[in-house]
Amino acid sequence: MSDAIQTTATVRTERSATASKTYMAFLAIGILLLAIAPFFFYPIFLMKLLCFALFACAFNLLLGYTGLLSFGHAAFFGGAAYFTAHVVKEWGFPPEIGILVGAAGAAGLGLIMGFFAIRRQGIYFAMITLALSQMFFFFCLQAKFTHGEDGIQSVPRGHLFGFIDLADTTNMYYFVLAVFLIGMVVIWRFINSPFGMILKSIRENEQRAISLGYSVARYKLGAFVMSAALAGLAGGTKALVFQFATLTDVGWQMSGEVILMTLLGGIGTLIGPVFGAGLVVALQNYLATSQFPVTIITGVVFMVCVLLFRRGIIGEFYASRLGRKLGFEHRR
Amino acid sequence: MAQPLLQVSNLNAWYGESHILHGVDMTVGEGETITILGRNGVGKTTTLRTIMGILRERKGEIRFGGKDMLSVPLHKTAHAGLGFVPEERGIFSTLTVEENLMLPPVVAGGGMSLDEIYALFPNLQERRTSPGTKLSGGEQQMLAIARILRTGVKLLILDEPTEGLAPVIVQRIGEVLKTLKARGMTVLMVEQNFRFASKVADRFYLMDHGRMVADFPVGELPQRMDMLHKVLGV
Amino acid sequence: MTMIFGIPLQAFFGQLLIGLINGSFYALLSLGLAVIFGLLRVINFAHGAQYMLGAFVAMLMLQYFGINYWFALLLAPLVVGLFGAIVERLLLSRLYKLDHLYGLLFTFGLALTIEGTFRYLYGSSGQPYAPPPQLTGATNLGFMFLPNYRGWVVVVSLVVCIGTWLLIEKTKLGAYLRAATENATLVQAFGVNVPLLLTLTYGIGAALAAFAGVLAAPVYQVSPLMGSNIIIVVFAVVVVGGMGSIMGAILTGYMLGIAEGLTKVFYPEASNIVIFVIMAIVLLIRPAGLFGRDA
Repeated sequence: MSDAIQTTATVRTERSATASKTYMAFLAIGILLLAIAPFFFYPIFLMKLLCFALFACAFNLLLGYTGLLSFGHAAFFGGAAYFTAHVVKEWGFPPEIGILVGAAGAAGLGLIMGFFAIRRQGIYFAMITLALSQMFFFFCLQAKFTHGEDGIQSVPRGHLFGFIDLADTTNMYYFVLAVFLIGMVVIWRFINSPFGMILKSIRENEQRAISLGYSVARYKLGAFVMSAALAGLAGGTKALVFQFATLTDVGWQMSGEVILMTLLGGIGTLIGPVFGAGLVVALQNYLATSQFPVTIITGVVFMVCVLLFRRGIIGEFYASRLGRKLGFEHRR
Repeated sequence: MAQPLLQVSNLNAWYGESHILHGVDMTVGEGETITILGRNGVGKTTTLRTIMGILRERKGEIRFGGKDMLSVPLHKTAHAGLGFVPEERGIFSTLTVEENLMLPPVVAGGGMSLDEIYALFPNLQERRTSPGTKLSGGEQQMLAIARILRTGVKLLILDEPTEGLAPVIVQRIGEVLKTLKARGMTVLMVEQNFRFASKVADRFYLMDHGRMVADFPVGELPQRMDMLHKVLGV
Repeated sequence: MTMIFGIPLQAFFGQLLIGLINGSFYALLSLGLAVIFGLLRVINFAHGAQYMLGAFVAMLMLQYFGINYWFALLLAPLVVGLFGAIVERLLLSRLYKLDHLYGLLFTFGLALTIEGTFRYLYGSSGQPYAPPPQLTGATNLGFMFLPNYRGWVVVVSLVVCIGTWLLIEKTKLGAYLRAATENATLVQAFGVNVPLLLTLTYGIGAALAAFAGVLAAPVYQVSPLMGSNIIIVVFAVVVVGGMGSIMGAILTGYMLGIAEGLTKVFYPEASNIVIFVIMAIVLLIRPAGLFGRDA
């Protein structure tokens, strides 16, 4: 077995009581900040950030807690955006159902892709997911309902539960925040469930998990579908925020971006990807006005992260003196 | 006594977190055949791998022909005159027998020529175009030794050369080692087969808990038997 | 007009040729990937970018120094190979002790950086690169007209593939390479400078990609995106072939190129996904790949 990708996953389960308190305090402050954020920042930017943060956390569920590097998560994110946009716009589904359809569609895609991908491990797994998602990209390019290069435009946001008008930006923001928080709670419950524990043991030592009699393939597939569904939740929500779904969200570059967010924030930390997503989205926003292409920065950040900074921001924080003082044991 | 060919002093070595060698002291004189005895897991193989420079987490002193070996990178160790035959033999399956034989670069004059090697190991010549791992275990061991003999190294490091081999092959390896001795080759080996070792070795080191606990020439073997039984647990 | 399976013979052979051309590039690229992976255990995501670099270096050499195609075919791989060797020595070599996925992520970052830089400097649209005057025109094969340059591509890629295979299977350097793929530490203990061998291997792999890039420049247009478009397909090729065998990588490249070309004849809508479909089928039947030895 090669040594597993560096994670700080052990952190959460071995946190001391002080850390639990610190964690709760940080969590409360974080939610409060998110609740008042639209008074200080451009809400569309914040909503984009929340969607990508959830996407990155969903991706991390797979990489950080199961040790599987998917290079095809754009298919779930972008695919769900198409599904949600289509059922909301063409079939007149309400937004909450539209998003659920998106997540369910992504889960279905995840089931199919995962079925093939889990047949190989490590680097092959990454290449297979990349190839399959590229196949889905070509499908989206040619399928009728996606409208090819144009994408699905002017998707109505509709009324949440039939009476909350989501065309109103503030309403939309709190809806997105709610989706984000629900997604995070699901992830948190998932990784701390017995299922999540078995996934971690597979990540640490697959052979041992097999010898203990676990059906490793089934657990991996379960994690893959779960991760895909949550990525779909994020993608469907994003389609409503921006009111369109396009090929950009299913391209391989998007799969790369979510890897970067996770790597930058901290693989295997619950909230690291949120920070990673925040940084990447902010950077993109900042560079959007300049001529300088984001790709170069993304590429360089990727290389720097891999060479010098493999624990990511939150991982480094947990491992730092301050982090340890606050009770976040970093064990390697 | 003249300066020994290999001088190891207070050698410590680690596999990651675990400290395996706790101050190994030993000398190997030019032309000597030395056998390290000891129970499983006391650090015999680690000693060989550390001297060879494969295990890099090490402290202490290793001098070969007076030259400090600790700072020498792995790919220069052979050029200093050390040749290694690993326990698992390390025959390459994607290389033919002859490619395996020719693989290690010649590092000094005085090595055997291909003809001499084939004269010493006629089986290898017959099978020179087969993939290396298609040979029998004994033939693979011969190949592993033979390919080092070509290189002209001064010290042959052997890790359990007779492990898992039939008696007739063991005897053959013993003959080979005697031939080498006659040519002046220095040999350092780890060996569990006590009978075999007592026939080829000049001197023994007894190892326990990561250090050498005794050192005696082959002639003292009879009076050392009680202690050997105690330490080896045989 | 002669027909085959209800398709005009001309069109059939035309697509077969296009498939063979694409297959030539798949073979060259998957060969390089397999060589690098074998020894370094790194999936070189930058392989597509290095292919693109080859084409660009050839084009820029022509534009700025008037260096013609034939010299570019030698010089561009040299330049890109050197660049690859430097990257390996300074950066990539730091990652060998880690999980192999980090190598993939690093080279992905490298690919993005190279591609982004060229998009920034030269825009996203393709630029033409004329085939050398000696290879313009076409030859009548009786059943079809074969553009000379395309014929050259097929021949020279075959020669290079077989040459590389011979280098690995029949030479001393190749023996070092094969042995180090099996057990690098032991080869190093025998006195072979394995770190240098790794650098050399990555450099040769990058040079092979660049060679394919120069070869491709007159066939496709020279564009910063040409690398990322092809590399994902080549990944699928590599999954189908399994990276255990050099010859396997070559054969799979040609086979899948031809399969793609034939799909274009019979069911054009599926032509850009057929390789992925084949990959999925192979994963079901033989997860280790057609020529794979590693599980």
